[in-house]
Amino acid sequence: MALLEIDSVTVRFGGLVALREVAFDVDEGQFISIIGPNGAGKTTLFNAIAGVIKPSSGRIRFQGREVQGSNPSHMSHLGVRRTFQVARPFASMTVRENVRLAAAGRQVLQSARALGLRGRVRPLADRVDGLLETTGLTADARRRASELNIGGLRRLEIARALASEPKVLLLDEPAAGIGVDGLRPLAELIGGVHHRGLTVLLVEHYVGFALSLSDRVIVLDEGTMIAHGTPEQVRNDERVITAYLGKAGGGQGARPPAVPTGPDAPGER
Amino acid sequence: MSYMIVVGVTVVIYAILTVSLNIIVGYVGQPNLAQGAFLGIGAYFAAVFSTRYHMSFWLTIPLAFATAGVAGLVLGAISLRLREDFLAITTIGLNFVIVAVFQYVPFFGGAVGIYAIPLPSIAGHQFSNNAFLTVGLLMLAFVMAVSKYLEHTWFGASLMAIRDDETAASSVGVPVASYKVIAFTLSAAFAGMAGSLYAPFLSAVTPTSFGFIESVIVLAMLIFGGLGTIRGAVLGAVILGALPEAFRFISNYRLLMFGAILLLMLRFQPEGLVGEGSVLVKLTRRATEELRRRRHKGTTDSPAAGV
Repeated sequence: MALLEIDSVTVRFGGLVALREVAFDVDEGQFISIIGPNGAGKTTLFNAIAGVIKPSSGRIRFQGREVQGSNPSHMSHLGVRRTFQVARPFASMTVRENVRLAAAGRQVLQSARALGLRGRVRPLADRVDGLLETTGLTADARRRASELNIGGLRRLEIARALASEPKVLLLDEPAAGIGVDGLRPLAELIGGVHHRGLTVLLVEHYVGFALSLSDRVIVLDEGTMIAHGTPEQVRNDERVITAYLGKAGGGQGARPPAVPTGPDAPGER
Repeated sequence: MSYMIVVGVTVVIYAILTVSLNIIVGYVGQPNLAQGAFLGIGAYFAAVFSTRYHMSFWLTIPLAFATAGVAGLVLGAISLRLREDFLAITTIGLNFVIVAVFQYVPFFGGAVGIYAIPLPSIAGHQFSNNAFLTVGLLMLAFVMAVSKYLEHTWFGASLMAIRDDETAASSVGVPVASYKVIAFTLSAAFAGMAGSLYAPFLSAVTPTSFGFIESVIVLAMLIFGGLGTIRGAVLGAVILGALPEAFRFISNYRLLMFGAILLLMLRFQPEGLVGEGSVLVKLTRRATEELRRRRHKGTTDSPAAGV
């Protein structure tokens, strides 16, 4: 049984079809990239998996149980954690507090534990320190999250998502805005957590970056899955090349590779 | 002297309201312009039960706490789904509805309200103003202690996460909707508890005492002192509560003054007087740091000075 099953999921926003019968399985320990031009429905797919939006039709199963139309908090407790395309730190808290709250898990959900004092959970504190170390945030631990630069915010997003030892990590364009210099350390960080056994779904604009990390690649275009395979297969796929570069002459003519962020936008609340 | 104590009790009641309002507005970032009405619910139930059913003052405290809390739970569950701006308008509406209920439901005594509320007694002695002040301070200490405790719990951290970013909070597992309702309920219950003191202290309750204006005043006090901090909530209530009493002439222009203060604070110092990140707090922090450094320098430099 696959860890996560996306079973012909369709998402409509009014008349707009953001996702059209997308279907694939994610096995435990896999690293799957989802690529595609702007507006292909990548973030919408993440929002559907994370419980932010309910698919118009289709099913999403996590560990065999149907979870479509659940809510983000519940999905997070089940072990599906995500990062955001635009960093969303808890700005008034320190970096450590950000990660510590994200690490809490049960403490946050069960009222009896939620009323416990934060300072008192020892194993949690150790895990938080370890995570800050892994993500290179130790030096910034006591700074307010609002003071971090974009690279720091990216790493904080990942630290927070990893904090509760999730089963699936959804990374929404983690490389956005960090520049070429930041790509290698980021790839090492993400590759590192994957090698320790974590299942990763990655939405990414830097195709080379995504392909270098993935076991499998899914290509979306205008809400439809147009390719699915190993990085090698996808790289040579006729339709993928067309979707990205447009058709060379004839047919419907060259289509610009980047359409405006239509379908993705409603999910970005 | 006794007049000062009367002012003191008023200020303490305001402080209980601002500290309790801070739970939902300061920690969770959800606007609430109905705190006056929750004070009213507590005051009315305390008044009705002490006059009509001769309930002891000490029992009206938990009664007022519970009734305002239940009202907060129900109204919060309905309205807290709304986005902040709509929520603000909704709570204004709630305040008017609650006042209308006081006014038109016979149980609450209609437009004249409820009067001749008996003085509480302790060990056979009727309450003096000093006793009111003492009980008020104890209630305030209780609300402050609970707030302080919350700040250090997972629940409190979750509330602040909701304030900072609701979407991110739910993504790390915070049950946003239910935590908002719990915070709103707690905030309302504490305001209601203050009502149990308000009713016998003024010996009468009327619908107009708990109107929208009263809620605005409490919010203005909180913003003036500093949203999100207990010290700010208390300071705002003390300064703005005592000022009109200290300078009689201000009292005629009370509402004008509160309006002006609210606008000026939001424009120039949204952190409030002593809120986190306010000019005053930053200056104090810098000054104490400077002092510490100098003292430190003094001890380490002295041997070198002899050379």
